Order: sequence, then structure tokens, then C-alpha cells
Amino acid sequence: MGLLSDPNRRRALTNLLTRLNAPICVMCYLAGVAWFMGLAFEPFTLRTYMSENAMGSTMVEERFPAGERALATGREFAAHKKKVGGMPVDWLVKTMQSRGLEVFTQSFTRKLPFPDENKERYMVRGTNVYGILRAPRAPRTEALVLSAPCSEGNNNNQAVGLLLGLAQYFRSQIHWAKDIIFLVNEHDLIGMQAWLEGYHHTNTTGGDWSPLQGRGGSIQAALSLELSSDVITSLDLVLEGLNGQLPNLDLANLFYAFCQKIGVLCTIQGKLQRNDWDTTSGYSHAAQTMMLMVLKQASGRPWGDHGLFLRYHIEAATIRGINSFRQYKTDTTTIGRLLEGMYRKLNNLLERLHQSYFFYLMPSLSRFVSIGYYMPAFGLLAVILLLRALDLWVQLGASPPGTEEGLAGGEQPSSPGVLSILTPVVISHMTGVALYTLPILSQEMAVQHFPVSETEAVVLTAIAIYTAGLALPHNTHRLLQGEGTEQGWRVLKLVALLYLAVLLGCTALINFSLGFILALSLVPIAAFITPHTPKALSAAIMVLLSPGCTLLYCVFLFQELQETPVSLQDGWMLFLSVISQGILDHALYGSLVYPLLALLIYPCWLLLWNILFWK
Amino acid sequence: MPNLYDSYVQVNILVLYATHCFPTKCIFSVSHYRLFPTSLGQVISKFSVRELHISFTQGYRRTMQWGQTFLPSPPGAELWVWFQDTVTDVDVTWKELTNVLSGIFCASLNFIDSTNTVQPSASFKPLGVGNVTDQRFLRYAVLPREVVCTENLTPWKKAGYTSDLCQDWQCKSTAWELRQTLNVVFDLHSSGQSKREWSLFKMFSRTLTEACPLASSSKVDVTDNPQGELFELSPATPMLSQAVVLGNRRTYSQRVETCCALYFTESAMCQATGCRRGRSTPWCTTTTRTGPSPSSCWTPCPGTCVSTSHTLTVTSKGRDNKPSYIHYQPSKDRLRPHLLEMLVQLPPNSVIEVTVQFERALLKWTEYTPDPNHGFYVGSSVISALVPSVVAMDTNSTQERPLFSSFFPCKEESSYFMQVYTEPLLVNLPTPDFSMPYNVICLTCTVVAVGYGFLYNFLTSTFQVEEPSPGLAKRLANIICRLRGVPLL
Repeated sequence: MGLLSDPNRRRALTNLLTRLNAPICVMCYLAGVAWFMGLAFEPFTLRTYMSENAMGSTMVEERFPAGERALATGREFAAHKKKVGGMPVDWLVKTMQSRGLEVFTQSFTRKLPFPDENKERYMVRGTNVYGILRAPRAPRTEALVLSAPCSEGNNNNQAVGLLLGLAQYFRSQIHWAKDIIFLVNEHDLIGMQAWLEGYHHTNTTGGDWSPLQGRGGSIQAALSLELSSDVITSLDLVLEGLNGQLPNLDLANLFYAFCQKIGVLCTIQGKLQRNDWDTTSGYSHAAQTMMLMVLKQASGRPWGDHGLFLRYHIEAATIRGINSFRQYKTDTTTIGRLLEGMYRKLNNLLERLHQSYFFYLMPSLSRFVSIGYYMPAFGLLAVILLLRALDLWVQLGASPPGTEEGLAGGEQPSSPGVLSILTPVVISHMTGVALYTLPILSQEMAVQHFPVSETEAVVLTAIAIYTAGLALPHNTHRLLQGEGTEQGWRVLKLVALLYLAVLLGCTALINFSLGFILALSLVPIAAFITPHTPKALSAAIMVLLSPGCTLLYCVFLFQELQETPVSLQDGWMLFLSVISQGILDHALYGSLVYPLLALLIYPCWLLLWNILFWK
Repeated sequence: MPNLYDSYVQVNILVLYATHCFPTKCIFSVSHYRLFPTSLGQVISKFSVRELHISFTQGYRRTMQWGQTFLPSPPGAELWVWFQDTVTDVDVTWKELTNVLSGIFCASLNFIDSTNTVQPSASFKPLGVGNVTDQRFLRYAVLPREVVCTENLTPWKKAGYTSDLCQDWQCKSTAWELRQTLNVVFDLHSSGQSKREWSLFKMFSRTLTEACPLASSSKVDVTDNPQGELFELSPATPMLSQAVVLGNRRTYSQRVETCCALYFTESAMCQATGCRRGRSTPWCTTTTRTGPSPSSCWTPCPGTCVSTSHTLTVTSKGRDNKPSYIHYQPSKDRLRPHLLEMLVQLPPNSVIEVTVQFERALLKWTEYTPDPNHGFYVGSSVISALVPSVVAMDTNSTQERPLFSSFFPCKEESSYFMQVYTEPLLVNLPTPDFSMPYNVICLTCTVVAVGYGFLYNFLTSTFQVEEPSPGLAKRLANIICRLRGVPLL
């Protein structure tokens, strides 16, 4: 208190901060990056542990015997799928009924805003089939879900077979306290979206589905199963859901605990755990695993069919069987036993999973970084914005007596200020709105005039608007004022800095990865951009660090980390498809990354661009 | 409990008291303790109860598969009582009665208080002989979380198996009725008996040797399964009886020995779901074959949810189905629950959907249960319907109440009264994180709030050096100095 109330000391402090502003900012940036990279270092991370008492101390036995029979059912399912040329609804209904479940179907139709070229679909029509195993003596208040997607081609037949096998086995057991819903969804996430909206009786994205005839109470947890081979080498756990939401860490712990107990190789991000953390390669392995998680989370899209459950506060994960060239194989019976064990433990839950963390990063399946550890990395980047803002504030307050104009200088920032600041802000946001709305609205026009498909039209329109935004607004204040003043750009930059700080702060709270990646690229340009820096060089740096280019780097980095590096040409094509997927995710499932980038982050970057070309 | 393989257990006790007696004798005095359980008799006479319905249910009746139950009840404990019109303060009597019953049945009925008691106006009618329907003397409460255990069964068993008792010694008119039912559904599938074969021994671990010595009649009834597989009854019985159960004619093979029954019918299904946006949607599928049937739907809402009555919508077949009568009693915070009753026409073969939105209330710190993340229960809604009967009216049925026919509303009328309960809802209310970080956040916020005031004050106020004002003596001295024309002090 004394430090700030005493004018002399306050002046000393502000002098120190202004004088050392640039070095402190550079230090903070480096420290933030170093902190983030240090998160993957094993001594700095925590070992995972089961927080939920109801799942920890209880013993369950896994006795699922019928793996072979499940595979046979899977083959039968495949044959029927081929015969019908899609989801064999009648066969599934009959099979589930014969296993003693209450079976219901749900049909849905969905018209995509533009054709999805990755999955080759436009008008989607399908049926979900689900069977409910009613828990004896339970009043239908709670449920668990096990789902398997009915995929195109020869994928996932084994998953459906195992699902039916487990249904039959669970039916003969008496210890279920929660209803178990066995769901086979068609058209992966679109079907899942329809089913979940039908179950919860909401309609957020304007899909068309028939109401559900049978329900089982509030869903406590869900697992989605993906299995495409008779034997597997490892099981991969997928956690990242819509908008970067993650399930409670106890669900991951549960999976890991059973993999250890039964002796199944388990991976996260497709990467096995290594014990040599003290070597360089061991560290880089952990860092790669964590970076993959960060990139996937930042993308905001559901990485498995479980991803949409998280929106309804249902803890969910996808378990994916991987068959590689490794010698050690696991058969279906063992996977069945693993799932049985997991469901038995979830069945024991007295409350929803809430004890463990909801915000975490995982450098390996047995290690995690909690929110308390990774937030400082972001905080160090965000504080740069605040320091620069403070510096500008001090400059704005100090410059009038320093300059020769005296009284006139003191008045200037207030009178032209509002309009000259407001105009670029409004114009940047209008550009953002155009970027958000025009690609889908103008696709028909674009298809008529250019020889491109609809998907390409949408993506190329988006890129065109994005690029056009660079040319458009950077001299807007001159329309009103003739010449921009020195004060003017400072106020504008102050506004932009605080705006960016608030934006990134909020984003990082919801989706740390997205916030951190954006901060990594936007903070340096936000901190050091002025009209007086060399124009060409600064412009080049700004374009290279713009959100669009960041996305491009992320695509390349992701491919590199997944050990499937791509050439420049393929990378560009991938970049285009990522943009179209982002727009589709927003339209279909309500993912927020595209609107965030188009409506908020991009206009904010345009404000900085405006400052660079301030005259 | 019978054994592990049952999916549904329901225990009912129903005490009915006739009123068409002479006014002088209407003061309750039970002298039939030879037949009537003392504990219940005393309670009934002390609290002037006309009708008492109490049921404990575990599990949900799957009406689609098992058919309608004859005495429907919601999951958990249900208690509804008609008091005699001599009772002056019904609420106090109700409070005392629930506490006494709680002791008798070893159940948490003492948790029934004004926050979960309602007075339905249309959904319940007295089932006894007395047909006075003054709703002021009716109280109804459900505890959806209550589980059934053996302790509830012991008093039930002790209560005896009485049916009708006479008021006067000549036994001319019925005055008393005590119905006790135990409704158990066995799941042959999960008991691992792949052969579809069952016996009383397998289910109850004992055989039937003799009839109840006090009973005038005891029967085992087995339905003739009309649509399903054929089965054989062993030992075979020549006695066949027909009865009308819930508007369907059923044939029963009878074996005279004791009282227990197994039935299968099909009827309506009702469901309810809650969602994160806070919308309660009880909906019901009618599979009625004939014309429309009036029904009243009753939705309770606990005090923890603030329901908004203007959001009420009733739709069937995609169209608005306007209720012809709505009785809505808004809740008082932490005093009284919501009560919504309406009269709706159920079209045949349709799904009717009733939607009410509610806001999730913020509870007080001490109001959270020990397991707040489990969720809070919203009791079952009740749908009472007058369903047209398939069987034509038979005028021969009389007032007599043998055990079998009184179990069910089986008078062969053109329509029968039926009640369906929806499943209870589990609603997640906003729950603070009752853990260490939560406490840390609370503490930090407090500290920040305290510190912020000072900081804000320091930052916004300007500091000026102020000359200390001279004391009174000095001021006086200065005045004197000025008068004298000498320099001031």
C-alpha cells in the first residue's frame, strides 16, 4: 500500500517498469515458453491417482468369457451390413431383443451446409439402434452408455460384435445398479448428436430426428468403442471432446488401472509410455505426447464419438483398438474383460465423477499436469500484454507535459480519440462478421462463377476474405481525421492490448491449449508493433504470425508429431480441409473455435495491423 | 427380500374405513384386535384416519413388458391419507401421523414435511367404501429416494392378512378393510435359468403346505398366457376362472391354497427426462385402442426447482393439446412444493408430451446432502386415466368385495380407473466443489475483497499536504496579537 500511495515511490516503480519494459517482456515470454516445455519433464508432473473412493477400494472380478462368440457376432453383423448396404437395423433390433434388452430405434436426417469431402456426405439419413439393459430394482434414474459406431466399409465390426457380446453377458448378471444403454450409432458424430439431443430433448443445431421412445435416466458415464481387428496390440484412449472439453481424470485413471491389472498395452495419443525420462529422447517423447494433446484440444473438435457427451456433463472417452506390427497381441476376450471391469466400477459410483481434475494435460497415461501447473505458463505470456498496456498508459499520461504543444496536446487524445479508435474497431469487427457469415452464404454464387466444388468455394471464400481484410481497414481513421496522431495509435494499441488480454484470458480458462497457442503467436506482435518499426519487415512478421498462418503451422506440426510428415503441397490441401472441417464442426455440433477466430481473434489482429500502418 | 433375482419389489398396505355406519358408532374403536393389527388400529383411531395408503417400491414397473400393476405406486415410499372430517388441524395430524408411521415401518417417513406434501385436487379419489371427496382432508407425499428393506417387511408381515372386518357384531355391513399386497417380479433371465421353468420353491425357497389357518379363502392364480408361449401347470388344476383385469378378460387357473398372484397385461408407458436446460418432460404413450380417454396428469416439483408455469406445453401428435382444467399451486420457497394438475384428453395411439421448464435453484450451504453430486430427486408424476374397457359392461357385479375382485378395479364397467406413475427424475443442481480448492477460492476471494477496498481507495484518492489547524489557545493568542498589532505567533 505504501508503495503505491507514496507518489515518489510510485513514480520510481513506474519508471522502473517503463525503463525495463522490453527486457521484462522478453524474459516473461521466454519464461512462459520454457515453463510450458518443462511441463512434459517427468519430475515436474504428478503421478495419476484414483480420487473417487467408490471406484478405488472396491474389488471387481472380470469374467467375460465370450470373446470368440462376440467376434462371430461381429462377422454376422458385417455380413448383414454388406447385404443391406448400411446399418442393418432389423438385424440389430432382433439380435438385441434376443439378448434380453429393451430395444428402440431413432431415425434422423441432416443436411450439411456444404458437402463434407473428407467423409463424402451431404444429405445424411440414418438410424441409431440402442438397447437398454434395465438394472433390476433400480428406478431408472441413472444410466451408463456403451456405444460403437457403425462405420463405412469393414471398420468397427468387431466393436459392434463385442458390444452385443457384452450386452448378452451383462444381462445375465445381477449386480447392475444403473441402466446400461448399448448404442450403435450410424454416421458417427452426426448420429451421436441426434441421439444425445433426442435423449436430452434439446435441439441446439437444428437437426431433424425422431424422439426417443426409451430412456434410462441421467447418464453418468459413457464409453465409445472402436475396434477393427480380431486381435489388437494396444488400446488407445481418446479424451479430447468438443471445444477442448476433457472428461474427469478419474475416467482415464480407471482405464489405466484396468490396463495395468489385465495386462493390456495402453497408449495415449497413440504413444506408449517410456521409463527413461532422464534421457533426451525420453523427454522429447513425453513432450511430443503432450504437444499432440495440446494440438488436439486446441482444435476444439471431438476426436471420437464420445466428444459430444461432454457437453451434457457426462464423463466420456473413446477406447480405440490399435493393431500394429508388434508381437504381443491381445484378444477380444481380454478387451471384454477390461470393459466389464470398467463398467462394474462405474456401476459402483454413488455420485457423478467429480473428485478428480477436469483440466489437465497428459504427457503420458500415468502422468498428468493439472491446471495449477500449466496456467503460469499462460500467465507469463498474458502478463506481457498487461505490462505493455501499463507502459502505454504511463506514456499517455506523461507525454502531454513532455511535448511542446502543452494544452493542445492534452486535449487531443480525448476529442479525436473516440471516433478514431471506434472506426477501426468497428471496421475490423465487420470484416470478422463477413469472414464468419459470407463463406457459407456465398457458396452458390462462387460455384456458379468459378470452376470449384462447393467445399472449395467455402474454404477459398474464407481465405479470400481473410486476405482482403489485410488491405481494407488500415487507413480508416484517415477518412475522418486526415492525419492520425501519435496519441491516436497509442490509445488504439492500448485498447487492442487490453482486448487481446481479456480474449486470450477467457479462452485459456475454457480451452487452455487454444489460448496458449494463440498467445504464443499473437503476444509478440501485440507487444512490439508500432507505426515506427520498419514497415515491410514488420508486415511480413505480422502476416507470418497471424491466426491463419498459426493454423497452417499447427497442421504441419501435428503431422510431424504423428510421424506422418507431409509435403508442402499435401500440407496445403490438409490446411484447406481443416478449415472446411472447422466450419462444419461449428455448423453441425456447435464447436466454438471458428466463430472465436473469425469474430474475435481475427478482428483483434486486424487492429494491430491497423496500428502498423498508422499514418 | 425373496431372493436376488427379482427386478421389482413393491409392498403396499391399504387401510380402508367405511363410513356408511350409524353416526353414533362412527367414532373409531377397534375391538377386533384378534384379526386387526393393534399397531395400525391404534394409529388409525388416534389420528382419525379414513383411508391410509402406504407403499414401498424398489425398481420401476416396466409396464410395456410386465403389464400394468394392480396397485400402482411410484419408486420409493408413497403415503397418502384421507382424514376424517372430524380432524380440525389436518397438517398437524399429518405431521404426527408420518412420524408415528416412520417408527412402525422403520422407514424415513419422518422426512415428510410441508416441503414435499401436496393436496391434489383431482388425481386421487378414495378407494374405500366411503366416497367423500373433500380434498381438504387429503394429504399426499412421496419420498423417491427411499429404499425397501427387510425392516419394512417385518411390520408388514406382522400386520396379518386381514381382508374385511365388520363394524357391527351381526356382520351386516363392511366397515374395515386391510389390504396388503406384495408385488414381486422375478427375472428368470438373470437367475441363469435358461429353461423357462419355475416353481414356487425356486422363487420363495419354500413350498406351500397348507392354507392360511385364519383365512376363509386362499388361492394361487396363474394366468393363462393368451399371446405367449404355452406352458403346463403342475399339479394341474381343473378350476378355471375368468376375471376382468384392467379392461381385459383374463382366464386364471386357480389352485386353492394361499394368496398370491401373477399377472401379465399390457398398457401405457410413461417416462420423464430432465436435461441440463432444466426442462421436465413427462410424456406418455397411449396404446389404447378405442376412443379418447380423459386423464389427469399431475406433476410435482420439489422446492429446489423453480418451475415457470407459462412454459407449460402439452402436445400430442405434434399439435397443441389444451388441457381443459388446470390447477396450479405455485411453490413457496422452502415451504411448499409446486403442484400442477390438469385434465387432458388422451387421443388413442399417440404420444402426449407435457413440458414445463424450471430453473435450478441455488441451495443454501447447509441444504446440500452429503452426496450433492448424485443429484436431487424429483418425485414421480401421476397420470390417472379413465380408460375405456374392452369388455362390455356387466351389470351383475355387485357390491360384494371378495379378496380377488377387490384387488383390482374389476367391475365390468365400460371404463376403468387406472393410474400410471412416471419414473422419478435425478436433477443435478449447481453444486459447489466441496473440496480444498473450493475453500481456497472462498478464502482468496475474501482476502482480495478486503484488500481491494484499501487499494482502490489509495489509487483513486489524491494526496495533499494539509497544514495542521492551530489549537484553540493559539487561535485566541493570535487574535490578541492582531488586536495589539504585533506579529502573529
